[in-house]
Amino acid sequence: MIEVNRQGEVWVFAEQEGRKLSDVPLELLGKARELAGQLGVPVAAVLLGDGVADLAAELIAHGADKVYLVQDPLLGHYQAASYSHVLCRLIERHRPQICLYGATPLGRDLAPTVASAMKCGLTADCTDLEIGDHKPPGSDEVHEKLMFQIRPAFGGNIIATIVNFDRWPQTATVREGVMAMPDADPARTGEIIDCPADLDGVSLPLKLVEAHHRPKRVNLKAARIIVAGGAGVGSRENFRRIWDLANCLGAAVGGSRAAVDLGFVDHDHQVGQTGTTVRPALYIACGISGAVQHRAGMQESAKILAINSDPEAAIFSIAHYGIVGDLSDVIPRLVKTIRRGAAAGQSTS
Amino acid sequence: MSMNCVVCVKQVPDTKRITGEAMKEDGTVNRGALPAIFNPEDLNALEAALEIRDRCGGTVTVVTMGPPSACEILRTSLYLGADRAVLVTDRRAAASDTLATSYILSCVLRKIPADVVLCGRQAIDGDTAQVGPQLAEKLSLPLVTYVEELIDVGEDALRARRNVGNGWEVVDCKLPALLTVMDSANAPRPPAIRRIMKYKKARSSGEVAGEVNRALPDASDEERAAEARRRTDALGQRGLLIEQWDLDDVEADLSWCGRGGSPTKVHRIQAVVLAGGEYREFPPTDAGMAQLVGELIEDHTIG
Repeated sequence: MIEVNRQGEVWVFAEQEGRKLSDVPLELLGKARELAGQLGVPVAAVLLGDGVADLAAELIAHGADKVYLVQDPLLGHYQAASYSHVLCRLIERHRPQICLYGATPLGRDLAPTVASAMKCGLTADCTDLEIGDHKPPGSDEVHEKLMFQIRPAFGGNIIATIVNFDRWPQTATVREGVMAMPDADPARTGEIIDCPADLDGVSLPLKLVEAHHRPKRVNLKAARIIVAGGAGVGSRENFRRIWDLANCLGAAVGGSRAAVDLGFVDHDHQVGQTGTTVRPALYIACGISGAVQHRAGMQESAKILAINSDPEAAIFSIAHYGIVGDLSDVIPRLVKTIRRGAAAGQSTS
Repeated sequence: MSMNCVVCVKQVPDTKRITGEAMKEDGTVNRGALPAIFNPEDLNALEAALEIRDRCGGTVTVVTMGPPSACEILRTSLYLGADRAVLVTDRRAAASDTLATSYILSCVLRKIPADVVLCGRQAIDGDTAQVGPQLAEKLSLPLVTYVEELIDVGEDALRARRNVGNGWEVVDCKLPALLTVMDSANAPRPPAIRRIMKYKKARSSGEVAGEVNRALPDASDEERAAEARRRTDALGQRGLLIEQWDLDDVEADLSWCGRGGSPTKVHRIQAVVLAGGEYREFPPTDAGMAQLVGELIEDHTIG
């Protein structure tokens, strides 16, 4: 662990795969800028890999003031032993006050390994981060300007705000898709700092034998409108209506976990705690009851339209618009109305 | 070849079956109202250990840290095929965060030699997936998370397929090692009736003491202690004793345990309030649809 260091930078671990940055570090840079602005310190990205120097510019364009660049052939394939060794040395040397990782399979492997070695606190799967003051119960001391680590717990039934006031860096993993990705600004400038990996003598116990990474075919996070179906859709056959509605809106198709488990739609489409977290301009929930796990993944949508035959469904309590009715009746009517509306709009423009 | 596996398991509230009464009015969790279950992915970790024993021989030891009632999942582990069960229970361990928990478990694991340590990927109450990796780091063990298939287990290495979110990879890993196992790795076997009949009598020393106190309400402390010792010895001889350890037994440094040993502190807990905007319902008629679609076009949400 490191001591409390108010001048410490805000760090983002720049996860990359096959020399391409994941979305989540770019999303995190936006939040990191906000936190660092309130603290009056710089934002730094930490980029590890083999032949990844070209990615530094993208990190700077998205908000990094500095990029710590560590390149080594042994960092070409991720493993906890090598990556945590490099990160711990960097943390000890530069003493950041905050370290953020994406809550990806890699981030959830690396962050606890580093936190354990540093003996610092770690909060998993945050959905929001803020700067605030904390007064421990029964103490008069106020710890100012800490990072509030906000996350759902207990299956999404409570929201916990966690702090770490003494064993720094304050460290969190952040769920993919919950922070808005800042626009890239190619005019931004930043410093790239080459750092040695120093992996001599570090034992690397894992050997990669084979890897299959398939690109995600569905990009729910980028969609402006999402039409999602749940168990209430009834069958894979009926799910065609969801595609129809999505097609006429130019929308992406989502599904609840129930719809995915029932085989109505593929897992790539899953929205919710165990799927993708989305925040589109319009989310149309069809036959989705609105379990907490699903709501956790979509309640940040700007507008929510719920269509369900059960007027008591929980989804209505977070919806802005509701239609109580049978999907097989409502959706075709809605499609017809939208087509007519679009045609009318074109004729007047 | 013979492999000694240690499986770390946790008793958790069944967060999938939360009802209104499970949350108190102040928004905190009413743990008493929630059924306590075997953390689902820990059952997959136990199954993976049993499969290793089926293939290679050796032993399966199950360890849990929790309140005395966590013996329930240790008995379940014995029904399923575990050879040995250890309960680590100590009031001074209460309110441990993942760092303190992994420290205490590392002290426990130092007392139990293991070729493979297995954990479920994550527990359903916290969903953090942190204790496994932190435990591996504390024990300086190679870490393989998100295991979906154990392809091969050899004398000093294993080969596993792991899920990496957008695909999978196969890795070779030196032993000893720590694995975290996903629910897609296997289908846990059902408990054997013969083992249920035998191990339903298994008790920890704490449970024995409680039973003695209830059976001998008027006896002196010495008499109760003697009776508890007699029963404990008898259980031990029949292989029915669930070992119970406290933090002194595992030689834990108390400054790294419990609330004081936990760097993360709760600042605030809020019940999830369904925060809807202004809600308006439209009738499922052509006129209702036209009005809704008209408004969405009007404010440029669609169109």
